[in-house]
Amino acid sequence: MSLKEKEKKIKELEEKLQRIKNDPDLIDAVEGKRIEDTITRYKEHTYSSLSAYDRVYLARKSERPHIKEYIANLFDDFIEMHGDRFFKDDQAIVGGIGYFNHLPVTVIGHQKGRNLDDNMKCQFGMASPDGYRKAMRLIKQAEKFNRPIITFVDTPGAYPGIEAEENGIGEAIGQSLMLLSDVTVPVIVFVVGEGGSGGALAISIGDHIAMLENAVYSVLSPEGFASILWKDTKGERVGEACEVMKMTAKDLYEAHIIDEIIPEALGGVHKDPALTYRKIRQVITEQLDALVRVSKKDLLNRRYAKFRKIGDYRG
Amino acid sequence: MDKLLKERRHRLNEFKDYLGKKPASKHVEIPDGIYTKCPQCEGLVLSSHIKENMYVCPKCGRHMYISGHERLEQLFDNGKYKEYWSSMKTNDPLDFPDYDLKLEKAKKRTGMNDGVIVASGRIGHIKTVVVVMDNHFMMASMGTVAGEKITRAIEYATRKKRPLIIFSSSGGARMQEGIFSLMQMGKTCAALKRHMNAGLLYISYLTHPTTGGVTASFALLGDINIAEPGALIGFAGPRVIESTLRQKLPEGFQRSEFLVEHGFVDLIVERNKSRETLITLLHLHS
Repeated sequence: MSLKEKEKKIKELEEKLQRIKNDPDLIDAVEGKRIEDTITRYKEHTYSSLSAYDRVYLARKSERPHIKEYIANLFDDFIEMHGDRFFKDDQAIVGGIGYFNHLPVTVIGHQKGRNLDDNMKCQFGMASPDGYRKAMRLIKQAEKFNRPIITFVDTPGAYPGIEAEENGIGEAIGQSLMLLSDVTVPVIVFVVGEGGSGGALAISIGDHIAMLENAVYSVLSPEGFASILWKDTKGERVGEACEVMKMTAKDLYEAHIIDEIIPEALGGVHKDPALTYRKIRQVITEQLDALVRVSKKDLLNRRYAKFRKIGDYRG
Repeated sequence: MDKLLKERRHRLNEFKDYLGKKPASKHVEIPDGIYTKCPQCEGLVLSSHIKENMYVCPKCGRHMYISGHERLEQLFDNGKYKEYWSSMKTNDPLDFPDYDLKLEKAKKRTGMNDGVIVASGRIGHIKTVVVVMDNHFMMASMGTVAGEKITRAIEYATRKKRPLIIFSSSGGARMQEGIFSLMQMGKTCAALKRHMNAGLLYISYLTHPTTGGVTASFALLGDINIAEPGALIGFAGPRVIESTLRQKLPEGFQRSEFLVEHGFVDLIVERNKSRETLITLLHLHS
């Protein structure tokens, strides 16, 4: 049974229980409690044995908090900035400045949108070159005013389209990687949903990289991966792709690609976002506290070493 | 009219029966290796002639595949260069099913351990570090070996204060090494930034085909971006775009000329002008 089906079953059981609970003739309190415990146990069992494919499903859930919710819950007096100063304002990337505990910071992240209208406006979080150029403008601005940068990553990948290619999507991502590797302010990265490919990496070069428990981060979407490697266009081997790619937070933590896993509520961050916000707040506080004390030179050297060491080769 | 069509079909069937079940072959049988058929104009050219012409079709000018080492030989003064880290191999970080077999096959075919060659030598007397991606080894996709070798090459050039030329040609990130491949994009770009900060020259030389994670990392970041004529250069592959957008792509889309038109490549240089152009550029920066 897929997680989607299991979730449906849990929801049905919970609704049924609610109905009979409201009628004392049908059920007594002891019996009610017993059924409730059984459902809870089933839930716990379901969410403690998630496959990589299940995590991809959770990571993509539209109920998950999006960039604007993270901003509203973590930063004060946030002001959004628009445009790349060359061409246009890409809605797939949101950026601006605000306070984190009285400290001015720059916040940048992907925006997916929640309804179809918004989805279309921000291309489901798939940024175009203008989006990355907006991000770069804000990164340079942050450096000028010595503001730490905090990014929220949630994208299936960069936008694959004619206009994106005409405007140099490859060049934009490359420039962004180069810029972030050398920016003299602290950069803290949160992979909160889907971390898809170069489109995610472009704003993920930082000093501390944290990932939500059910977020995923990979070289390509599992669908794209299965199609490229196994010529699977019907999606029959997507589940297998999720497993072999080792794309979950746990896999990436064990591979030393990320530094920390942020816990989510049972069933996903959307079940209790406040819990995750609290943890993110704690991580930002700790990291900023440590990173602002580091000299610019050391900061850059450490960030360089962090990515420099990623590899697995011999000879 | 119907009768006429029926008769024609009958005659056609008779003809097919006469030829046997196999459809008539359009190809002329050519003894292996003596002639090469140009994939563009389909003209037949003596293989030795093609080689002398640096694998450019003398009839239509199509730039065909040239091996990494042949490219280096024609580039460096007297064809002399030193190769670095050629024995480096991947440890297969994801323990990916059948990856080892694929690597073994590619090694047998090419004699290389990975699709990236790092070389150093003199070009027009100027000491230069050169990276060539040879796409006969698993499309020269970038995994941890390619990423590490390219990063080392950039760092070596920075340390020795030498100009750097990278001949790109790649299918992008190597899928079999997953996230480790993706991270090589960040690693190479970070190294490149240091080379750049040191005021050193980086020429990116794009050849057919350069796509995916290589396009989206170091390949378009040259102080000077050069492309070979007609090379496919893009981030998303044409088929991916076509299937996402469900529309036909314009002619010449993602070709070198398209990138010049849109402002991402400085110049297109034919292979026989490659060495002299690079010498001029290296001297202009020395």
